[in-house]
Amino acid sequence: MGGVHPEENKISNDAAIEVMPVPSQMVVLMNQHLGAPATPVVQKGDKVKVGQLIGEAQAFMCANVHSPVSGTVAKVEPCKDAFGLAKPAVYINVEGDEWMETIDRTPDIKRECTLEPKQIVDKLKEMGIVGLGGATFPAHIKYAIPDGKKAEYLIINAAECEPYLTSDYRVMMEHAEEVCIGVSILRKALGVPNAYIGIESNKPLAIAKMQEMSRQFEGIIVEPLKVKYPQGAEKQLINAVTGRKVPSGKLPIDVGCVVSNLGTAFAVYEAIQKNKPLIENILTVTGKKLPSQHNYVVRIGTTYNDIIKHSIGELPATTGKVISGGTMMGKAVVNLDAPTVKGNSSVLVMDEGEARRNPETACIRCGKCMHACPMGLEPYMFSSLVKNNRIEEAKEHNILDCIECGCCFFSCPANKPLTDEIRLGKNKVRAMMAAKK
Amino acid sequence: MTQQILIAVLVLGAIGAFFAVVLYFVAQKFKVVEDPLIDEVAEVLPGANCGGCGKAGCRAFAEACVAQGNLEGLRCAPGGDVVMQKVASLLGCAAEAGEPQVAVVRCHPANCGENRRSNYDGLKSCAFANTVYTGENGCPFGCLGCGDCVAACQFDAIHMDAETGTPVVDEEKCTACGACAKACPRRVIELRNKGNKGRRVFVRCINKEKGAVAMKTCKNACIGCGKCAKVCPFEAITVADNVAYIDYTKCKACRKCVTECPVHAITDVNFPAPAKKPEAPKPAEEAPAANN
Repeated sequence: MGGVHPEENKISNDAAIEVMPVPSQMVVLMNQHLGAPATPVVQKGDKVKVGQLIGEAQAFMCANVHSPVSGTVAKVEPCKDAFGLAKPAVYINVEGDEWMETIDRTPDIKRECTLEPKQIVDKLKEMGIVGLGGATFPAHIKYAIPDGKKAEYLIINAAECEPYLTSDYRVMMEHAEEVCIGVSILRKALGVPNAYIGIESNKPLAIAKMQEMSRQFEGIIVEPLKVKYPQGAEKQLINAVTGRKVPSGKLPIDVGCVVSNLGTAFAVYEAIQKNKPLIENILTVTGKKLPSQHNYVVRIGTTYNDIIKHSIGELPATTGKVISGGTMMGKAVVNLDAPTVKGNSSVLVMDEGEARRNPETACIRCGKCMHACPMGLEPYMFSSLVKNNRIEEAKEHNILDCIECGCCFFSCPANKPLTDEIRLGKNKVRAMMAAKK
Repeated sequence: MTQQILIAVLVLGAIGAFFAVVLYFVAQKFKVVEDPLIDEVAEVLPGANCGGCGKAGCRAFAEACVAQGNLEGLRCAPGGDVVMQKVASLLGCAAEAGEPQVAVVRCHPANCGENRRSNYDGLKSCAFANTVYTGENGCPFGCLGCGDCVAACQFDAIHMDAETGTPVVDEEKCTACGACAKACPRRVIELRNKGNKGRRVFVRCINKEKGAVAMKTCKNACIGCGKCAKVCPFEAITVADNVAYIDYTKCKACRKCVTECPVHAITDVNFPAPAKKPEAPKPAEEAPAANN
């Protein structure tokens, strides 16, 4: 159902993953994940090593944060994030590059995992692993299946249906074995017979590579998927792989599925087999007008400015927007001095001409947004319901099912900011529900 | 032929008479006795249904007045003292004289243009923009400039200044119903006493960031230095969370704080421009531009 076909623009496909040098100062935000911020456990003047715990998860919905660099803690105070909002953070002056002794930095690949499922989940928590598909949902919560529910399928999202992004593709091309080990570990943690890796069929090389590698592992099946945005969205992916539909208001586990991103599987491998916490991101630096395209391993906390400076020198004069994420769901960055966080997948530089929205005109009730909506909703109707503050009705028409994929806005010939309006409506519905409680 | 007409008239007449009787008894049974006073009170209210009183509309306000029997805690801001006096005389009670109020925008518009760091082209809604980012000039407390207040105003009393991107209140039209203040997701707009001859003094900033941080985003941001509080002879100014606030019930509009403020975050409006001074102090320059 639904979906659109935006221009793919995977222009950084062939750029091998490079290592971004460590900047001289790092700012590590304490909430890089969905949920409550981690509590800083270091103070000004403390010496830290790479991989040392600096933010502890004390709330339920929270993840540990580790130091991505070695050096001295300069201060612990709020820092403005990419959208200008102040978040608690730890500032570290970088000195050398001294790693924790527990981290295995050898290039050897370790296949055997002797941990029990419970131990795996505990270790995911310890290592601060979160979902790297964008939502940054703490992995230890996802993989601790609640009582009375049973996982039957593990689905790995390698669709990478967002335009421009190529980080997952590069990981598949360069780290296929590690990914497969990571998937096996997750499969073991859940106790499911089979894991499916869903890859859009516009990536034949990656499919061939993963298929070849998966033959060496038990219970990993590579599933080529139809090319369509948003094929990698959780509910759409479940439907494409298993044929099951997640009912409105339910979670994937209610239909026996657990979905993780490919990047997460790679991070899981490093965490479980190499004891390496989540301190690095794989990031695409791309844009049609850029002189060169890159894929980088970046220490989490490197600022956008540092990344731009190292990769392309400076932004082209005609830059319109810098976007974190792809063109469909990414958000424009307003503060380039902000540090990157877990779950960032790209720095997309868009030209003024392609970045600007076209002027909005009146809705002509053509229904394109309805056809495009992968959740079967009626975006144009939400638009007027929200505008007229008919929040109760919007809720009745399942506005909360919206996954904010942006297909409605993409398909709208009147350029109505439908996705924005629905987001606003969702906020209002949630506020209304909270007020009722 | 005559017979047919006769039958028709009789049948319809009988049906009509039957339903008349039914309706009479139903009307007796379900009669709603309403105090005629409600209609009289509703009559004197402005009838704008702005909701500024906190009730669903003017009629709901009239019902509340009559049910309560007095006017304690009830006030029609758009009607002001004139209307409240009329309502009081209808109810036979005393009306509290309220100070006339006006909506005030507590965000400095002077340097928004030069301070703009980003160019927002998303949904024109402050409520939405507030969830996405800090605002075009990077201030997490200031006006977002998408005009939710303008849309909320039923009296055409608030407009966007195209140059500064912040709203300007038309004092003549503003009825202090408070709709704009409620619509603002950042609570930038406040209802304040109009003051004698419309002269009033207020802090045109609600930025709670520390001084150095606030100054980086806006050069007219209150830095919470507390100089105004020290100089105020009436103890009307309090500084909390790095931002000063002038209590309009205590302020006597002496304007000592205006001259004392190092960042010109305190504004006075509707004061006559000082005559014969070659160098007019900054507030006087700003008064016409501010206009609220």
